[in-house]
Amino acid sequence: MHELTVTENILNLVLEAAQKADARRITAVNLVIGDLSSFVDESVQFYFDLLSRGTIAEGAVLNFRREHAVATCRECGHEFQVSPPLAPFCPNCGGYQLEVCGGQGLAVDSIEVSDATGSEEADPECQ
Amino acid sequence: MQLEVKKQILSANDQVAAQNRARLDTIGVLAINVMASPGAGKTSLILATADRLPREVRLGVIEGDLASRIDADIIASHNIPVTQINTGGSCHLDAPMIQTALDQLPLQNVRLLFIENVGNLVCPAEFELGAHLDVVVASTPEGHDKPYKYPGMFARADVVVLNKSDLLDVFDFDVAYFERGLRMVNSVAPLFVLSCRTGQGLDAWLGWLLDQLDCHAKPADASS
Repeated sequence: MHELTVTENILNLVLEAAQKADARRITAVNLVIGDLSSFVDESVQFYFDLLSRGTIAEGAVLNFRREHAVATCRECGHEFQVSPPLAPFCPNCGGYQLEVCGGQGLAVDSIEVSDATGSEEADPECQ
Repeated sequence: MQLEVKKQILSANDQVAAQNRARLDTIGVLAINVMASPGAGKTSLILATADRLPREVRLGVIEGDLASRIDADIIASHNIPVTQINTGGSCHLDAPMIQTALDQLPLQNVRLLFIENVGNLVCPAEFELGAHLDVVVASTPEGHDKPYKYPGMFARADVVVLNKSDLLDVFDFDVAYFERGLRMVNSVAPLFVLSCRTGQGLDAWLGWLLDQLDCHAKPADASS
């Protein structure tokens, strides 16, 4: 459910960034989403397609780069990637003193635009 | 061409949260965001705490719910200033909702503010409100696997309460297993095992809470 709110925020951020650069179209949005944050990629894309209708971001593709969470075993030092539900034991030594780091990101990294500032070409489709 | 953005997706919310925090600091209010599954005992913890707080610690409550004022009415019946936020189906509170709610409370008479979030172990974890501390309430009927399943929520907790300790045996709840899961993602948050129904373990929680109040300075001119 909170994908809707998150997507609204993504759209606002990318429209603002594109506007600053005088871009006329956003073709892609590159996101960084942590594995511990529970976001469903398809759901975010679904809401983005709905919300971006009539804006310069309409039709943009969302690229999700997952930021992995890594568990470190305090007993043997083994490191391994985890996502919920977390494994309760180290797969290497069977120890259960684990520490999980990372995987909490939630950011817009960059956008792909066309007709940004500096392009002197007139877009024949615009007027 | 590619344009760098490098912004947190919820930065707009975070900015309002920072304003909320600054406002609370100015008037010397310590705010605690209470998060849990539905039925874990958020309202019960607030009421059990209220019953045991020294009289000079004036309490206020912001109640968040999808709909209804059931919890707000319970709080109000204990003569605690309370304001209700109905999120209208939204699964979490956010900072702008708190900004509005703060206007509706007699904050000059409040020292400790509980913000009861919407019952949900997923979404509220992502939204800063401007509170000083996050408490996550778990309860024995939910099972001891919750930190493994909802690590994002337990990772951000400043303190964890395990409620309904009187039912540990009934639900075969393994506290050590629960705590190991908690420690995987959070090595610092104290864990209080207690029962709001019987009062068992509440003294330790109260002691911790009063320490937090001591650490959170009240401005010298807050009364002016």
